[in-house]
Amino acid sequence: MKPGEPQLRRNLHHATRGIRAKRNAVVAEVPDWEELRAAGEAIKRGAMRRLDVLLEELEAAVQAAGGHVHWARDATEANAVVGDLVTAHDAREVVKVKSLTTDEIDLNQALEQRGVTAIETDLAELIVQLSHDWSSHILVPAIHRNRSEIRDLFARELGLEGLGDDPEELTDAARRHLRQAFLRARVGISGANFGIAETGTVGVVESEGNGRMCTTLPPVLITVMGIEKVLPSWRDLEVFLQLLPRSSTGERMNPYTSLWTGVRTDDGPGEFHLVLLDNGRTRVLADAVGRDALHCIRCSACLNVCPVYERVGGHAYGSVYPGPIGAILTPQLHGIPGDADELPWASSLCGACADVCPVKIDIPRLLVHLRSRVGGSDPALRLMGFAMEGRRRFEAAQLGRVPGMRTGIGLGAWTKGRDLPPPPRETFRQWWRRTRG
Amino acid sequence: MRVALLVTCLVDTLFPRAGIATVRVLERAGCEVDFPLDQTCCGQMHRNTGAAREAERLAARLPAVFAGYDAIVTPSASCAATVRETTDLGVFELSEFLVDQLGVEDVGATFPHRVTYHPTCHSLRALRVGDKPLRLLRAVRDIDLVELPDAQECCGFGGTFAIKNADVSLAMLDDKLRSVRATGAQVCAAADCSCLMHIGGGLRRAGDGVRTLHLAEILAS
Repeated sequence: MKPGEPQLRRNLHHATRGIRAKRNAVVAEVPDWEELRAAGEAIKRGAMRRLDVLLEELEAAVQAAGGHVHWARDATEANAVVGDLVTAHDAREVVKVKSLTTDEIDLNQALEQRGVTAIETDLAELIVQLSHDWSSHILVPAIHRNRSEIRDLFARELGLEGLGDDPEELTDAARRHLRQAFLRARVGISGANFGIAETGTVGVVESEGNGRMCTTLPPVLITVMGIEKVLPSWRDLEVFLQLLPRSSTGERMNPYTSLWTGVRTDDGPGEFHLVLLDNGRTRVLADAVGRDALHCIRCSACLNVCPVYERVGGHAYGSVYPGPIGAILTPQLHGIPGDADELPWASSLCGACADVCPVKIDIPRLLVHLRSRVGGSDPALRLMGFAMEGRRRFEAAQLGRVPGMRTGIGLGAWTKGRDLPPPPRETFRQWWRRTRG
Repeated sequence: MRVALLVTCLVDTLFPRAGIATVRVLERAGCEVDFPLDQTCCGQMHRNTGAAREAERLAARLPAVFAGYDAIVTPSASCAATVRETTDLGVFELSEFLVDQLGVEDVGATFPHRVTYHPTCHSLRALRVGDKPLRLLRAVRDIDLVELPDAQECCGFGGTFAIKNADVSLAMLDDKLRSVRATGAQVCAAADCSCLMHIGGGLRRAGDGVRTLHLAEILAS
């Protein structure tokens, strides 16, 4: 990985510090925050243990409430299900709630191939979409853009000459553009923060209200949900609706929480489809240590405290899940060995992520575990391990008498920006023997 | 109290003065210090680099090497954290041992220099030593202790991360060095020689006159 351009690093530094401070302030005011985290972790662990049962319970409850449930093993299957549904309703255009899961499966491109335009309605997602870019942050997809860049983009793409870069003016322009789309759309598409097995309720939390437009105005609603988002019972929301907004936006409560259970006559969409997506998740579940990555509720608190993320930016992680959570989730979703095997190395193991994770995922522990799975050992390390397994070998190695020990461990990369410490006159054990022996 | 020094492979080989200082501080505090010569490495580097088998073999040596002491003390927060995770041994990082086990904050040191203290990630977030190192430093005579801006930020060392992702590591180091310079300190201290090797290497390369010292070296002065 390489550090990003200075402007990107300044944008990220500024933005992540801001969110971090807000998060810390609203977390500090919750007296039982640690108990809430423990509860969140326990609920997620329990849900993963009974995932097979809970998913069928969820399916039955959604169907009982008048919804349809589809199972998708991978991106291709999920995109086919959604594409077929959209085509069946003769829709040329769909409105979308911000959703990582649909980004993960490249749904927009799949729809485009069928001649369907997917309109992102979250402001930042819209910015990313209009600039043919991709998200660099879970919660703030356009965190790498500043407002004058956005003004230029809107002026060009929405045909708004003379637009100013005042935030209110920019959001006004987006609102006018999107309002028409909400009213036109026949199909809305969302992801899901939660799916409640007990009641068949699906939910999305958001800030802008665009999500509520998408889930209530169009006559057809399609939700693509990763199977790990299932929660056993309605009461579990009590925990997550406290943990999530404080951890993600640094708010006590998010402005919009939309929960829907199947369909109703004359209220909201008349047709509801839930697509349950695996796409590597059962593979993650098969790893007894790595499966904790499935507990993630996509708050992005770990990104905002990560010194590596702050330097390299979200794009460097090569997936829709950047930062520390991406470093443990993506390699597992893609399969090991695979194209994301380098990601577990994108960490100094500083542990800041684990401290803020609302469901207590021990990210450093998972990183180390995944490093051993992708094969951390190499000849130099094995040689050092061998040398350190016995006193005499170790003492020989200390004095440079084991070939390869002094040169085999990345000296070039070290001295790129750091001097080596001057070699001491004697080792500690030589001093000990000389003075105490 | 009979204490075994777990000096760590890094201190033993490259930073013996930190080990010698640890012995002096412990002896001054009334401990009988022994150095089991069969010790080599706790396996932290192998463990964190994903060489699990080598790490396990190194960890497996420790109980026999360190059997029969009242406590094991080490001048490294990250090695203390590793040994605590991989064995049942009673191991303490130096500042924890002095403050929690011996109830000492003033070790009788004098150090008439301007010092800033970098709390290493493993001391903060793996061992949770909190302000114990700072309490020890505040009790040192004539010290001018200045707070490090953004102290809790990682210095960018991270073991093999410093080599595997050298550019990112150096970008993090740049910011840490800027903070160190802003204090005007003559000495940057920490509880891990590994992070100090990285910070000190950067300071030397940049030609800064700032020295790096292990916490023990100040406490032994």
